[in-house]
Amino acid sequence: MRRTGVTLAVGAALIAAGILVASLRVNPYLYFAGYVILQYVVIATAWNILGGYAGYVNFGTPAFFALGAYTAVVLIQTVRAPLPVLIVAGGLVSALLGLGIGYLTLRLRGVFFSIATLALSIVLQTVIINWEFVGGSRGLSVIRPSGPPFGNYVTFLFTVMTGLAVVAVITARFIERSWIGRGLAALRDNEEAAECMGVPTLRLKLFATTISGFLLGVAGAPFPYYVTFVDPNSAFSLDYAVNALAMPMIGGTTSWVGPVIGAVLLNSAQQYASVTISSEWNLFIVGVVLVAFVVLAPEGILGLVRRLRRR
Amino acid sequence: MPDALLEVQGLTKRFGGFMALNGVSIAVKPGERFGLIGPNGSGKTTLINCVSGALPVDGGRILFDGREITGLPAHRRTRLGLVRSFQIPKPFGSMTVLENLDIPLEYAAHERSDAADADAMEILRAIGLESKAHLRPAGLTQIEMRKLELARAMAARPKLLISDEAMAGLSHAEVDDILAILFGLSERGITIIMIEHIMRAVMRFSERIVVLDTGEVIAEGTPDQIVRNPAVEKAYLGE
Repeated sequence: MRRTGVTLAVGAALIAAGILVASLRVNPYLYFAGYVILQYVVIATAWNILGGYAGYVNFGTPAFFALGAYTAVVLIQTVRAPLPVLIVAGGLVSALLGLGIGYLTLRLRGVFFSIATLALSIVLQTVIINWEFVGGSRGLSVIRPSGPPFGNYVTFLFTVMTGLAVVAVITARFIERSWIGRGLAALRDNEEAAECMGVPTLRLKLFATTISGFLLGVAGAPFPYYVTFVDPNSAFSLDYAVNALAMPMIGGTTSWVGPVIGAVLLNSAQQYASVTISSEWNLFIVGVVLVAFVVLAPEGILGLVRRLRRR
Repeated sequence: MPDALLEVQGLTKRFGGFMALNGVSIAVKPGERFGLIGPNGSGKTTLINCVSGALPVDGGRILFDGREITGLPAHRRTRLGLVRSFQIPKPFGSMTVLENLDIPLEYAAHERSDAADADAMEILRAIGLESKAHLRPAGLTQIEMRKLELARAMAARPKLLISDEAMAGLSHAEVDDILAILFGLSERGITIIMIEHIMRAVMRFSERIVVLDTGEVIAEGTPDQIVRNPAVEKAYLGE
């Protein structure tokens, strides 16, 4: 209980730090870039709950992210719902989709599950492209609400994303260290043996897909206000699928720290490259780094650190 | 107290057009050492998969400890005390030997996680694996892997343990080692179903044996009766 208290205190301190940083009047581009890094912390952490802890590799991250974003678009278009409502609603709708793919795990495992999630993303994108109300293939401009609670809207969103990242990481850490995390690890290692040792594998998988989906949707919900123009190509971007998987793999999938390290390092590198070299180098960097890690350090940076310590 | 701890009534299982189990009925009494034998492909493992809940059945009923469990998922059966081990060991590879035991202790026996480690250590001591407690399963030998499989099943606190070919591929001395462990469990009141190809082991261990062939029970009796049964001889050796 005391450790939970410490975790929450650290989380609160981080959010406070986020607000403090937001109130500094440094180069506005840094908030813009910082938002994306934090968004990837949420995405990588959410992906890892299913992919790292339970071992179900989800290639459909764009579907969940975009569903969160488009849920927000619908709510903005219809009732101009406030940001907290958008975030919760985006999370819930994506959580439902997560529950749905959870039932897929009954029949599909390993690479077949991954292919199904990729297909899901394409199907959903096609639906959105053909839905005029949310802009169809042309996309849609979104007008930010006037007068954020503090600062300008970008610094405000930066703070909000800090909070969401803290919530996501605390959730992942809690799952990892609880009986749920141990059960997920067992089913990742061997699903049949886990079930025969009393682990309710289906229920745990549904839990993991739902929570993972919820957090991915949460990450996507503020997206319309961040970019102010939402179109299927940006919301369903392949970047999300690749990064969501690469960041935990590079950081280390067995611990909540891994996705955080991976997201911060990889996305900083990507943003640095797109400013200094060209925006096309984004995925190239991810590709090279990912291949290097898969070959040389399959357990990510955390695995490397552990190996060095043992020596 | 019901007569039988496990009662299988008219169990049928088809794979497409292939009849893997055709109306199999067996009853295992509490505390019994029960042997299940049969040639390759006779349906032993299918029967165990149906009983443990890994496969759905096409017909018949399964009762355990006086209640029907035919439709229950496998993890619920384990929690009731119907526990199996696997023919090919399936350890949790990312965990240490000790942590492997913590899973059933926590999930099947519902122990608090802080108490589980001590109990897991006790089981490992009883089975002779305590020196390997902090190793990963990948660092174990074949026999140690089998022992881990049994130790993990023990940690689920079984009333009935189904041991699926725990001795296949082991040396003479190692078979005796595993047999001694199973006898020890039996003395502690655990009912055991042994599925085995090593006749020396089944004959010595079992009080009663059922023989399966092509999905049907063809013989049942004490080891002595089974050895002298002409139908069994025919199933194993042909005419």
